[in-house]
Amino acid sequence: MNVPVWNPAVEFMERDALERLQLANLRKTVEQALKTPFYQRRLAEVGLTRPEDIASLRDLRNIPYTTKDDLREAYPHGLLAVDLEQVVRLHTSSGTTGMPTVIYHTRRDIDGWTELVARCIVATGATARDVFQNMTSYGLFTGGLGLHYGAERVGMLVIPASSGNTSRQIQLMRNFQTTVVHATPSYLLHLHAALVDEGVAPEQLPLRKAFIGAEPHSEQTRRKIEKLFGIEAYNSYGLSEMNGPGVAFECVYKTGLHLWEDAYLLEVIDPETLRPRAEEETGEIVLTTLQRQATPLLRYRTRDLSSLVGGNCPCGRSHRRLARIKGRSDDMLIINGVNVFPSQIEDVLMKVPEVGTNYLIQVEKRGSLDRLAVKTEIYAKLFTGDPRTLDDLRERIGELLRSAILVKPVVELHEPGSLPVSEGKAKRVIDLRPAF
Amino acid sequence: MAEQVSVFIDNKPGRLNAITAVLRDHRIDIRAMTIADHRDYGVAKLLVNDPRVAQRVLAEQGFAAALQPVLAVAIEDRPGGLHELLEILARRQINVLDAYGFVVVPGQRAIWCMEVADPVEAARLVAAAGLRVLGEGELYRL
Repeated sequence: MNVPVWNPAVEFMERDALERLQLANLRKTVEQALKTPFYQRRLAEVGLTRPEDIASLRDLRNIPYTTKDDLREAYPHGLLAVDLEQVVRLHTSSGTTGMPTVIYHTRRDIDGWTELVARCIVATGATARDVFQNMTSYGLFTGGLGLHYGAERVGMLVIPASSGNTSRQIQLMRNFQTTVVHATPSYLLHLHAALVDEGVAPEQLPLRKAFIGAEPHSEQTRRKIEKLFGIEAYNSYGLSEMNGPGVAFECVYKTGLHLWEDAYLLEVIDPETLRPRAEEETGEIVLTTLQRQATPLLRYRTRDLSSLVGGNCPCGRSHRRLARIKGRSDDMLIINGVNVFPSQIEDVLMKVPEVGTNYLIQVEKRGSLDRLAVKTEIYAKLFTGDPRTLDDLRERIGELLRSAILVKPVVELHEPGSLPVSEGKAKRVIDLRPAF
Repeated sequence: MAEQVSVFIDNKPGRLNAITAVLRDHRIDIRAMTIADHRDYGVAKLLVNDPRVAQRVLAEQGFAAALQPVLAVAIEDRPGGLHELLEILARRQINVLDAYGFVVVPGQRAIWCMEVADPVEAARLVAAAGLRVLGEGELYRL
């Protein structure tokens, strides 16, 4: 097979050259990090005050981990390593307890991110001749803009459709003969059902490839998508803290996701003991940015669980591969591709005086899409007897949650005392989606 | 002003009879009752012989229960009896938010209970039009 490649010099780089490049870039990253108030303090604690203190890649182990909580505490400027004048964009995510996190990008950061996404796209065999319909959200969510810039760099015709509005997606696909799409796996399954409903035969569309990501999915789901549409589907991995999409991607051989090791230093650790995991052992992915100027992150604990794939990929790329993501080492939920922490929901509910302190979060599949139900108890003393005020309350809680977690839940009101009590280790999240 | 008891319940089997069990245990007599479906929950409205006691004992059993003013009007149990009342309400621009009725003496007397935005003013207008508004004592003793 003729292996399509965007940047052969980097993608096929010998391991020892790649590791020398990693060391040089790690020093630069530490240099950047030492410009931030957060890392000045954090690194001084372990005696790391100059980039030269990093003698080899093994010295990475002396650097403390960075967590999502650290990002929240450093918000908004504690992790900024450049003058704001140099920053051209930021992406925020809503974070765990209402406190957001932010990643800044210089022009060079955006350029580097775009380059990584271009590599991913080309590795799947997509080309400038393709018509690319981007079905993920634009805006603060990194999925939309990340793929958009990469696809433009490759030279594809980009349709910035964004997410949702399925009938318009179908219209765009038909009118412009879309050949490649980017979406969550659940949305593609939903789209397929909608195509059939509209009397469009999916296998008769010129669609040939899909990039699927933003939510964990099984090999079975991928095969189902491939069969239903008669296309090839490629697994995409990324997270907003590491730019967004473009961290790791499958090539045409689909033997795991190549992680761009010139841009990210990869570790897999035991989330309990924090010790490194052996190859092919499942653990938490820890990433260090190697090329970022504005927001360098050292040993960032992603909370995503995966493992390294052993052996070499037939494509010949030297960048190692991650197995598909197996889950999370924390309680984060992924609802139709959007990351949601139960604590965010709790925060909103606790600010509403008309509801009590007990609540239950239930996630299930409705058709192909996730349905998030938030069940809460009304506070008996504030019940007026008028059901219209309750309907208004339900609506108001739904709006508050939507603006906090970016997902519109189904809010349910229940009788006082009918849900698990707030004390102790009550099970507050019920995920009824099939395991993968 | 007469009152009814509104009770919030989960919309699932076994909740309505939980209310009636409490009322039976406290020898509360139910005159009339309606239930409204609001997807995940329902609101049961009960006209009983002692709404204050009913509200208290339901609340003691953990129910979200509230007293609401209700306008009870006597009408004749014959074709057109209800229409006469509703004509009066319409002419006086009184909007009915929720209502239910029941027959007291078949062929003779029925009671129409309703929630309106301003029950005191509505009671005055209905009485002025020649219809009889039932007081608490009379309604509860039915």
